[in-house]
Amino acid sequence: MANSADLSKGLPANPEKATLDGKNKFLGAWVFLAGETTMFAVFFGTYLGLQSGTAGGPEPSEIFQLPLVFIMTMLLLTSSLTSVMAIYAMKKNQFQKLKRWMWITVALGAVFLGFEIYEFVEYVEHGLGFTTSAFASSFYALVGLHGAHVLFGLLWATLLLVRNRNAGITLTNAPKFYVFSLYWHFIDVVWVFIFSAVYLMGIGG
Amino acid sequence: MVSEATNTRQKSVLWDWLTTVDHKKIAILYLIAGTLFFLKAGAMAVMMRVQLIAPEMEFISGQTFNEFITMHGTIMLFLAVTPILFAFMNFVVPLQIGARDVAFPFVNALGFWLFFFGGVLLSLSWFFGGAPDAGWTSYVPLASREFGGIGIDFYVLGLQVSGLGTLVSGINFIVTIINMRAPGMTMMRIPLFCWTTLVTSILIVFAFTPLAAGLALLMLDRIFDGQFFIPGEGGNVVIWQHIFWIFGHPEVYILVLPAFGMISEVIPAFSKKRLFGYTAMVFATLIIGFLGFMVWVHHMFTVGIGPIANSVFAIATMVIGVPTGIKIFNWLFTMWGGKLTFNTAMLFAASFVPTFVLGGVTGVMLAMAPVDHLYHDTYFVVAHFHYIIVGGIVLGIFAALFYWYPKMFGHKLNETLGKIMFWLFYIGFHLTFFVQHILGLIGMPRRVYTYLEEQGMDTMNFISSIGAFIMAAAVVILIINIIYSALKAERITVDDPWDARTLEWATHTPVPEYNFAQTPQVRSLDPLFYEKIHGNGKMKPAEPMDEIHMPNGSFIPFMMSLGLFIVGFGFISFHLDLFISPYIWIAVGGIITFGSMAMRSIKDDHGYHIPKETVEEMEKELS
Repeated sequence: MANSADLSKGLPANPEKATLDGKNKFLGAWVFLAGETTMFAVFFGTYLGLQSGTAGGPEPSEIFQLPLVFIMTMLLLTSSLTSVMAIYAMKKNQFQKLKRWMWITVALGAVFLGFEIYEFVEYVEHGLGFTTSAFASSFYALVGLHGAHVLFGLLWATLLLVRNRNAGITLTNAPKFYVFSLYWHFIDVVWVFIFSAVYLMGIGG
Repeated sequence: MVSEATNTRQKSVLWDWLTTVDHKKIAILYLIAGTLFFLKAGAMAVMMRVQLIAPEMEFISGQTFNEFITMHGTIMLFLAVTPILFAFMNFVVPLQIGARDVAFPFVNALGFWLFFFGGVLLSLSWFFGGAPDAGWTSYVPLASREFGGIGIDFYVLGLQVSGLGTLVSGINFIVTIINMRAPGMTMMRIPLFCWTTLVTSILIVFAFTPLAAGLALLMLDRIFDGQFFIPGEGGNVVIWQHIFWIFGHPEVYILVLPAFGMISEVIPAFSKKRLFGYTAMVFATLIIGFLGFMVWVHHMFTVGIGPIANSVFAIATMVIGVPTGIKIFNWLFTMWGGKLTFNTAMLFAASFVPTFVLGGVTGVMLAMAPVDHLYHDTYFVVAHFHYIIVGGIVLGIFAALFYWYPKMFGHKLNETLGKIMFWLFYIGFHLTFFVQHILGLIGMPRRVYTYLEEQGMDTMNFISSIGAFIMAAAVVILIINIIYSALKAERITVDDPWDARTLEWATHTPVPEYNFAQTPQVRSLDPLFYEKIHGNGKMKPAEPMDEIHMPNGSFIPFMMSLGLFIVGFGFISFHLDLFISPYIWIAVGGIITFGSMAMRSIKDDHGYHIPKETVEEMEKELS
């Protein structure tokens, strides 16, 4: 059966793809992310189409603060790196390291999310509510959707870690960690585009 | 991984169907649910045709008529045709590629229940202040919070939930076809129906996500006072049209490609020839899928986007005629010189070809941007897309129904009743829709609930309505046929009642839950036919007889979908005057959905094994 692998010589080199189940999850995750890409593309397109529709409310260049966004970008990029370290440890069958790097990833993501909430609160205090203008709505929709993805990722990773705290690396949970890291990279790439298209263009363009 | 078997045969019938993850049972669930929605939307069409049978009729009010056109279109596309196609994909694709199940059986069940609850949510609108009435395209500002009624909220959230189901099913089919093929079943050996399923699923992944985004924006606009589509607040109404058609045009191909696949299975089977130009068919399918995303602006020629954009999209639209033409000729050449058997399935399949050509020709006419200003929003458009959807997709579905029915239910449908139904349907269809071309050309606008007399429209509308009644009669005969055959038809005992070519006919009838006791070794395109000629007529096994791993049934898909249904209702209830706060609905639904997801994640479910002896016993019993 393709669903079990020979474990007598230890874990295989790529435990996430050693079983048919793992292979299916791997491909399914990529396809899912392809769909997510088009969904985000629509939100990006809507934002770019509506960013000048400020209707007398605050404009992008008046309200965005690059230093904060820069710190957030660094946090999220680093968390992507730590999730790579986690998968690297997984492939070498180092469970403790995997857990450590995963928890660091979660922590970085949580700080990022905290900053994002702080950012939104600040903007609202400066008069940019969700209903202020089409620009405001599309900004909160796009960045908020990304934030919701971060939140979902954090809950997912936490559940995975708690659930598998004593499990070691198995052919069942390796694909799960791997798929999470794919998702997390995706979140990160989306943020790079948000950073460029929303914040840099909002201030400079 | 021991077999502490929650074996399906030990469960009560209802619980079994609610928790099943077997692709064959899910297929039947899709078929039944899709048919019920089909009948509902069909009944609306008949009532609209009664309203239009004579000028200035007062059979239904203008408001009801608007609700009917909206619900007829929305239900037919999202809740009738899509699930019926999914029924056949679910049943046939794993069998055709020699797999035991789809890649993610759990997700398969989830897809069904999401579709089902989404459909129920949309249908609830009748009981809470009226159905959506802004057309299936739900254009803003007509559908915005200022002008659109409560029905639009049901539209937005119902489609969101059911669209999610379609999306996850699409992902599932892609992974299934790429990863689960039997040994020797290379990509260029999979039957054409699998290819069209694959391309359709890819289109679903890239088209239903924009729809989800667009529906989310409309929901934010309507319920949370977003300003996306409110021009006075910096918003833009044309963005909705773009998003909708970026989804909406590929949706046409999502529906028609599987029908192409069905025709490509039925015609070779009853021509006793292999499909002419298999490779060309595959590439034509891929090209149609690709171009399907490049043409959405042809729905917006009259918006005023500009001559350059209109020209580019007009040409791209006409280009789609080329791969479609390739397909048409390949079907004709498959029949050319074949030993033709004209039973009901083949009648539907063969009549599909000329009917679809008519729809294609008017499609190219509509693609001409300058003339489109004449056709736009007239009955010419209505006639065109009904030639594609009924003359293309529905005829394909009927062909597939009669073709695969014996494999699905263990008996054939009655041929006499089938042929009566075919002729009624075919004549009724052309009566209904052919005259609508002319009605459109003399200027009858679509989506208007009545017309004045002495404008030259009376006779043709009368003919059109009579045609619709004949089509309805055909559907009634189909239902009679299904009941009659279930009671009277003789049971099929052979595996291959049509003397067909592909792997699904190599399994037993009825198909055992594990499909193939031993995974077959595929040696050619049309593998079963190859074995009939070069082997002993049976597939050679690719593995020794062994115990078979099966997934456990699960109630979690049902619960997850129920949770989202409640969340969706919660969002709608911001506009309803209920004694339970919307936040409570949303919280309860959210807890059910995410709690079920967490449960699924926490509890490892390795499935069970059917022991070797049981498999051998079942095989002996069935053969």
